[in-house]
Parts: sequence; C-alpha cells; structure tokens
Amino acid sequence: MAEPQRARPKPTPETQHFWDGTKAGELRLQRCDACAHVYFPPRPFCPSCASRKVSIFKASGKGFLYSYVINHRPAAPGFTPPYAIAVVELDEGPRMMSNIIDCPQTPEALELDMKLEVAFQELDDKITLPVFRPAKG
Amino acid sequence: MRKNQVAVVGAAETTELGVIPNASQLQLHADAALNAIADAGLKLSDIDGFATAVETPQQVCHYLGIKPTWVDGTSVGGCSFMLHVRHAAAAIEAGLCKTVLITHAESGKSMIGKLPRSTPADSLNGQFEAPFGVYGPPSMFPIPVLRFMKTYGITHEQLASVAVVQREWAAKNPRAMMKDPITVADVLNSRMIAYPFRLLQCCLVTDGGGALILTSADRARDFPNKPVYIMGTGESVETPMVSQMETFNSSRAFKTAGPLAFKEAGIAHGDVDHLMIYDAFAHLPLFGLGDLGFMPYEATGQFIADGNTRPGGKLPLNTNGGGLSYMHSGMYGMYALQESVRQMRGIAPAQVPNAKISVCHGVGGMFAASGTIVFTNER
Repeated sequence: MAEPQRARPKPTPETQHFWDGTKAGELRLQRCDACAHVYFPPRPFCPSCASRKVSIFKASGKGFLYSYVINHRPAAPGFTPPYAIAVVELDEGPRMMSNIIDCPQTPEALELDMKLEVAFQELDDKITLPVFRPAKG
Repeated sequence: MRKNQVAVVGAAETTELGVIPNASQLQLHADAALNAIADAGLKLSDIDGFATAVETPQQVCHYLGIKPTWVDGTSVGGCSFMLHVRHAAAAIEAGLCKTVLITHAESGKSMIGKLPRSTPADSLNGQFEAPFGVYGPPSMFPIPVLRFMKTYGITHEQLASVAVVQREWAAKNPRAMMKDPITVADVLNSRMIAYPFRLLQCCLVTDGGGALILTSADRARDFPNKPVYIMGTGESVETPMVSQMETFNSSRAFKTAGPLAFKEAGIAHGDVDHLMIYDAFAHLPLFGLGDLGFMPYEATGQFIADGNTRPGGKLPLNTNGGGLSYMHSGMYGMYALQESVRQMRGIAPAQVPNAKISVCHGVGGMFAASGTIVFTNER
C-alpha cells in the first residue's frame, strides 16, 4: 500500500519519539509519573492530571479490534478499495487508528474483539507506520 | 440562562436548495440573510450582532454591509449554528446587542467559492488518522457504528429503517432533494460506501444555506411572524479524532449538550412534541435518542424500525427528511434549526399538529462537537 501519494505523517517536536519508535520497531506510549495514566496521542503532559512529569515506554503491541469500517469509495490516495480502517484498543488502554494486515478485508474475517498484534510498515526512510495483524495463537 | 427570554423572529433558507450552479458560497450566505431579513420585516441596518461558521464574520458582514457590535465565529462543524443560537441568546440577555443574524451557506455540490478543507500532515489528525486511509466523512463517521451495534444488539435492518422513515417525511416536503419511497431492502441493496453503511445511509451532498434572526422575547411580539422562543440550550466538544472518542457506545459531546438543554428548559422527554437529530449518517439518530436520554440505547433501533418516528408516530423525528433525504450542504445544523422553527410556527410542509416544544440536536465533525436547542412557541 506504500504508493507515493499516501498521506504521510509529519512529526512535531511532541510526537517525534513516537515516529522514532516505529522506525526502530517499537510502539511507544506515554505514562504519567504522577498518576500512572497511559495515553495517546503523544504530548509532553498528562491529559488526566496535567502533570508535566511523564515517561515514554515501549508498549506490548498487543490489543484487540475495537471497531472499523471497510472503505469502498471514495478511496484515499495510495489505497486500493475495499480496505479496512480500524480502531485498535491496546492492552495498555489507549486506542489508535490503524490498518489490519494479513487478513481478508471482509466482515467475516474482521471480527470485533479479535486479538491483534502490532507490525511495522515502512513508508519511506523517515516514516514507518504501526499496523496490526491477527495475533498468532 | 433564563428560559424564553430570547426568540427567533426571522428564519429562512436560500431561495433555492439542491444544485445551485449560479451562486458562490458567499452569495448563498447573502441570499439566506436577505430572505431572513425580509421574513422578519427588518433592514440590514437593524442587525447589530452577527455569527457564522467556516466563512469569517468579517467576510460575510462586509459582503452584506453589516456593522456589528457583537460577533461570533465559532466554527465547530455542522452544529456551529446551534452554538451560535446559544451564544446569541446569552449576548442579547447580557445587553451586548439587540438583533443577531446567524448565517450558514455552503456550495457543497457545485463547489463555487467554497473554502478548502485540508488536514495538515503535522496535525494530530494528519499524523494519526490520515495515513490509515480515512478520506472524507463516509470513511470516518461510521467507524463507531459496528461497536455500537455489537454492544446494544442493533441490526443492519434497523439502521436501514432510519433512511426509510426519513424518506417518508421527505415525500411530504416539496423542497426535499429525494422524495421517492424506499424500502429496507432498497437501502441494504444500495451501493456499498463504507461497510456497514451503504449509499442510502449516507447524507446527500447539496448546495444551500439558511439564516436566523434572534432578538429579546419582549421585542419579539412586534414582528410579523409568530415568535419561537429559546427555551433551553447546551453545547460541548470532545475530540477532532473519531478514533479518540472516550467510547463508541455513546457520544460524550451529545451526553453533555443534550441534558444541559433539557435541564435549562425544565422539560421531561415526554414533553417533546418534535425532534430533530442531525443525521449525517444513519446511526446518528440512534446515538441521539440514547444520549439525550429518550430511551436505553438497546431500544433505539427497534423504536425507529417500529415506526415511532414516522409521520403519525409518537415521536416525530427529522420531519424535513433530514440530511439523508432533505438536503446536506456539508453543515446541516442550520437546516435542522430551520425545520424546528417552521414546526413551532406551524408552517412546516409536514406539520406536527399542535406541536409546542421542539428539540433540535446537532453534531459537528465526527462526533467532535454538539449543540442542542429546545424551542417553544409558548412563553
């Protein structure tokens, strides 16, 4: 799916660690040192208690399929329809949008609550996207 | 805010609705504004407060020649106009202005003079949603619906019935874009857009606009049309990223705005004669019925499938045909407000007999924002 027109994220100072992580094969989340809240998307403070003391950690990469659509039309540039746009709930709590790979893009194959694990899809030398595949075993 | 202190005294849509290839978006604002001014029997120079969304207040005020002393450019998506009504009512009560004009217009179909919508690559949406293939509202707004269906046991047939019932209302409305009757089978056989939603479960794309004029209730009796009072209001925002909603089983913005408006109005659900729930897609009325507290979420699908919201039903809903069948220029909230005002004036094409209280509930973005207005025609 890595055609040139596909929307490419442009990191900001607050999100750079996340994109450095995916490039290194890690899914990185943040945890508040004060209240232990785990959150996403990245920001240098806790959206639950407002503490600026937060830490970056490597997430398990495990989660489940929370919801999705299978987009038929119009397709985003760089995508061949039909393709699923999924929201994954991570074992650590936060949810994130992603795509599901190694799985037919059909309602029958995409069962809500199915276990997923992270995989990494290199778009170019700067950006690697976190995607998910059905968990093994 | 105290209830019934401010009233709608002017309300109109653009002269034409649907496909309008001969006017820019800015001119559609002006057309709606001039129609509302005429409806209220006012002159443009009487307007001292102004609100609009997407276009800036300075753009529309300059074009119309309005010199306001109060402006509101709140732009939170299709429910911006509900928020404008709430803010205008507060401003009038506070004495900041006397007569407020609120305009909406969008050249959603013809795209003449329409401002570009873009998602910068370094925004949060640009980084954490756009790369995964979201492309316009049909690929984003329905993302919560499969979870909602699983949690509450809602069926595809029930979600299809939303479109069927609203087409029944649209058939009674000469200005509705789509009037031919449809069945649940027609909906479920229409072209797939973004599973689980098919073409007939997605809103129309049209051109048009609308405008409202508000003033104090004490002055409202002197206007040519029956005043429609602002009985209660509510608003909230949640997140611009649909993936980051607290839950897909409800909308936090809906659950904040709706109950605020009911509480301010001092009404119970049984008092509601007429209801508008912004239907960009077929699941929104189900979220709205649940989040506004009309019934348990589990009951919402069957309630609509059983015909309770159809013409003659006990809770008339989206009586203009809604965004699914009436019109949807991109920010439908203004048209929902117009229909509530028509119902309260007693002049709607599909008039609900003796309706005295109308609740008008809007969404902005993909569950990103919400505004709720309770109207009444009795003070």
